[in-house]
Amino acid sequence: MTEDLKNLTCAEFQSQLPELIGSGADIGGDPHLKSCELCRALLADLETIAEAARQLFPVIEPPDELWEHIESAIKEEKAGSAEESPDPEEE
Amino acid sequence: MPHSRFGTQPPDAESNTIAGLDPAHADPSAPTGSVPPAAPNSSGSDVLTRAQGGDHQAFAELYSQHKRRIYSLCLRMVGNIAEAEDLTQEAFLQLHRKIGTFRGDSAFSTWLHRLVINVVLMHLRKKGLSVISLDEAMEPTQEEGPGRTFGSADLTLAGTIDRLALERAIGDLPAGYRLIFVLHDIEGYEHNEIASMLDCSIGNSKSQLHKARLKLRDTLRTYPRQEARR
Repeated sequence: MTEDLKNLTCAEFQSQLPELIGSGADIGGDPHLKSCELCRALLADLETIAEAARQLFPVIEPPDELWEHIESAIKEEKAGSAEESPDPEEE
Repeated sequence: MPHSRFGTQPPDAESNTIAGLDPAHADPSAPTGSVPPAAPNSSGSDVLTRAQGGDHQAFAELYSQHKRRIYSLCLRMVGNIAEAEDLTQEAFLQLHRKIGTFRGDSAFSTWLHRLVINVVLMHLRKKGLSVISLDEAMEPTQEEGPGRTFGSADLTLAGTIDRLALERAIGDLPAGYRLIFVLHDIEGYEHNEIASMLDCSIGNSKSQLHKARLKLRDTLRTYPRQEARR
């Protein structure tokens, strides 16, 4: 297996990257990487991008008034549906 | 097993936080405007059950619990505050209409995210933007993928990325790639969760994320040259 990986071309190795990376394993010691500067640089770039993304704040506070808008829209919808189906006792 | 630098932290749907992030940006007890804070004793499932029964206060609590992640996802997908607010409103209106149909087959946050993603993709379709339906977004594409990388020289990003440049590059991604990248690399969802949200295979999620990162790399490497021409 190790020998197989060592003999991979860059194209073959890179085609396996999504699965290798997605597995969560540390692939720094991969035989192909040890002998291939191009793929090492590619992996380093992808790691840099992933790390930089984690520094971006994933949660942003919406404005306070947004709930008021949602609440009034819900009320409008309720009023609209009540008009469409009036209380039978009122008829 | 040694951990990869690609590893993510699992999102905490109940508190709307991701472990390890700046608490000032993730504190669920932060001021919430006119939305009443969740009662101390109200569990997530209790609130959900009450909201499904038409309890408006419980629905307000659900909004309070999920608003940050939903708004953030919308904002990252459309890159425009006004549109993000409209989409968040539309998502919660749809939630109000459909909450009774949630049967608990998946986690509520996963179900809600799927609803939001559909709202966002519908909006993008109306705007005529690239990558339109969820199916199309998840369809492996050869022609849309980033250029082949093997054999190319002039490689590295020098280990650092300017935050604004990254934000801009993410905004330039096709919507399908952007969605996967935001969910995984920014929001911290795992591939199995994304697969559940987007109704695709785990392998597909991994593949699309990889393509997104490759495309970002291509874009980020061209920025310095573009800036230099100005």
